[in-house]
Amino acid sequence: MNRIACVGDRDSVRGFMAIGFEVHTADTLQEAEKTVRALADSENVYPIIFVTEEYYNGMKHLISAYAEKVVPAIISIPGKNGSQGTGLAAVKELTEKAIGADIALNS
Amino acid sequence: MATVMKVNPTRMELSKLKKRLKTARRGHKLLKDKRDEMVKQFLELVRKNRELRASVEEKLKQVHTYFSVASATMSSQAVEEALICPKQEVTLENDTKNIMSVIVPRFEYSMTGSDSDIYSYGFVTTTAELDVAVGALSNILPQLVELAETEKSVQLLASEIEKTRRRVNALEHVMIPNLEVTVKSIVMKLDENERGNITRLMKVKDMMIAESRHESSV
Repeated sequence: MNRIACVGDRDSVRGFMAIGFEVHTADTLQEAEKTVRALADSENVYPIIFVTEEYYNGMKHLISAYAEKVVPAIISIPGKNGSQGTGLAAVKELTEKAIGADIALNS
Repeated sequence: MATVMKVNPTRMELSKLKKRLKTARRGHKLLKDKRDEMVKQFLELVRKNRELRASVEEKLKQVHTYFSVASATMSSQAVEEALICPKQEVTLENDTKNIMSVIVPRFEYSMTGSDSDIYSYGFVTTTAELDVAVGALSNILPQLVELAETEKSVQLLASEIEKTRRRVNALEHVMIPNLEVTVKSIVMKLDENERGNITRLMKVKDMMIAESRHESSV
């Protein structure tokens, strides 16, 4: 049975408990990193892992290790402090990598 | 700069190289087509992702404000307690999809528990603000799943496009020019040998004629 996991600080992620995500709270970046690693390595049980932006930015190296795999998808979501534009920046970066310029912006 | 490969200038090598050149050209064309189509698909996905991302972030922001309001009206422990045993459970069916031979995930979520009753708590200890927050969050669930799907696809496609682009460039700027110059140099060398051979024959013929004249005059 596959579940959706969610990692972040308590205030940002507790709401996701109510809609049935598996929520893991982490108070420090190290803790979050450890949790994400454990979740990602647990053989496809968590195909989607949402991570709050604050932690997502801190563990880029860990996330890039899973970038080539089909699952899990580690996706950033804005935390309680609002969006810092991490998600859009990531896609922009990918576009530049793939095409050489971020041409999708113009349309 | 194209360099001549180290091969023996023989007819055998020439025909081999010509065959390779043909294959390289064909491969180059195919890869180029693949790249173009992937870029097209990629841009579509990126556009979709951008829209989804913007809308999800906007809505999540809203949800966070709802939750802060909720925790203002009731104690933090009470909020926690209300949320800790969810009534509905989201399970995910993950499948894969093939975009130009890139395997991307497809997520299909299903919920256990009824849609109408998502509130996992009694109404006595909680306030209406919490209901609003949970309801709003529940509404973005489909979009969240879709966002995860497109964002992962974008990631996977991007790295595949990069690889294909490198291959196309390597063929276009290294392999094909190298093969072309090598073929040309072999052709020139063979022609040169041919010419050398003809001159030699002519020379021998002259010598033989001269010799026969000399003999007849004696």
